[in-house]
Amino acid sequence: MLDRHKFLEKNGLILTVAILATVAVGGAVEIAPLFYLESTIEKVEGVRPYSPLELRGRDIYIREGCYTCHSQQVRPLRDEVERYGHYSLAAESMYDHPFQWGSKRTGPDLARVGGKYSDAWQRQHLIDPRSVVPESVMPPYARLDKTPLDFEDVEGRLTALRLEGVPYTDEMIENAKADVEAQVDPFSPNYDAFLARYPKAQVRDFDGNPKSVSEMDAMIAYLQVLGTMVDFSTYEPEENFR
Amino acid sequence: MARNDSRAPDGDTTTGHEWDGIREYNNPLPRWWVWTFWITILWSIAYWVYMPAWPGISGYTKGLRNHSERANVAVEIGKLEAARGEAIKRLAAVTSLDDVEKDPALLQYTLAAGSSLFGDNCATCHGSGGQGFPGYPNLNDDSWLWGGSFADIKTTIRYGVRSGHEKAHFSIMQAYGRDGLLPAETVSDLTSYVLSLSGGAADAAAVARAAPVFQQQCASCHGPEGKGNQKQGAPDLTDAIWLYGGDRKSVHETLTNGRAGVMPAWEGRLSEDEITALAVYVHDLGGGQ
Repeated sequence: MLDRHKFLEKNGLILTVAILATVAVGGAVEIAPLFYLESTIEKVEGVRPYSPLELRGRDIYIREGCYTCHSQQVRPLRDEVERYGHYSLAAESMYDHPFQWGSKRTGPDLARVGGKYSDAWQRQHLIDPRSVVPESVMPPYARLDKTPLDFEDVEGRLTALRLEGVPYTDEMIENAKADVEAQVDPFSPNYDAFLARYPKAQVRDFDGNPKSVSEMDAMIAYLQVLGTMVDFSTYEPEENFR
Repeated sequence: MARNDSRAPDGDTTTGHEWDGIREYNNPLPRWWVWTFWITILWSIAYWVYMPAWPGISGYTKGLRNHSERANVAVEIGKLEAARGEAIKRLAAVTSLDDVEKDPALLQYTLAAGSSLFGDNCATCHGSGGQGFPGYPNLNDDSWLWGGSFADIKTTIRYGVRSGHEKAHFSIMQAYGRDGLLPAETVSDLTSYVLSLSGGAADAAAVARAAPVFQQQCASCHGPEGKGNQKQGAPDLTDAIWLYGGDRKSVHETLTNGRAGVMPAWEGRLSEDEITALAVYVHDLGGGQ
């Protein structure tokens, strides 16, 4: 057998093919099953694709590197469930590309932060974290409040995610820009159509400034939806033990 | 290639390979390293058998141990609830503060639970000691917006204020200036009047001009004397306790743009016994009525 190995070592091209074949076996066993096993993603109701405004907030979350200090995954451990609520489900990040589970918690986990604090608190905390949490080490993001949200290309962003498998419909993509504006204005004529596209989405002026759609609007809309989509009454814990 | 010529001139062993006259020393890995390598391979085989490991067509091998993190956490939480069992049951059934305060063991449990729940959920806005921040009420004093009795506090925690919950407390402080309900000079006079209610320095002429406006616009919620009304969440304007600051600029800002602070509803996020524990804890911070 060792003599045969000598043959591989002396023929670079064949060695390359043999290495690829070996790695492919690893991929087939470890990665491929995740795409077809039904137990990978729990069957729960309520999880919908992000609305265009939430999606832009998520982009800002990634741009600002929030994931370097905040995780978005409540692990199935007693202390975490006690502090943050129900452990995170795979279904909750199935439309995240890429997911924001993170691996470091300098700040608290944000997987279930939606609805925990008021919009005004989120805004004040992002502008000056130490004005509400004196012991915080978070840097200020006051800039978000002053920067108008750029959502010219939001249709393209939805289209790209559809290629990734997020079920955005043609209607959602066509109305993406109008939906950004509809979500910050409860009196918008598109209110009902928007809510039909994104059921249970929160519609209000998130940053307290009705005159413009700011990056702060997008950021708060995103934070306020985190962890709130799943209807846990449709979740069967025993069927999803793993 | 000179297979049998494995002795190098200096006595070291070579691998027997020779390429263009270059031979390679044979420096085998240390024995302990090689053994560790084989043991890890044996370990992995045992692990496949014992723990969940291989994916299949419709599921994965569960392993002899049938290990599940999610099942473990369910057991752990179960143990926790069993340990707290009696206290949780009694707390969820508490109807009045007396039920807790007459039972020293339950009170001790409740205050400990309330303290850690407060740290996790409330301290971010109300401060770690409940001292509050501008816009987030101090919970240590006797000045309550929506009532300071045990039942009132519980209701506020459960449904929140302007939280979107259908039973949430709701009130509107009008944006008198921004919405053009009152002319700018009247807003300015009214600011003086409001400041004078708690003994602040204010221009007497302006106060006199604003007095009838106050009775007309403000008294329906804040009362004719400005003493407030907890049923409508209208703050007492005479006690010199200010949620948004008591300087002239802050009061003027309140009258111009209105205020609409939000407290989230905790029903759903917190369980019944947790809401009760928090209500007792907040009541005991010092301001409970």
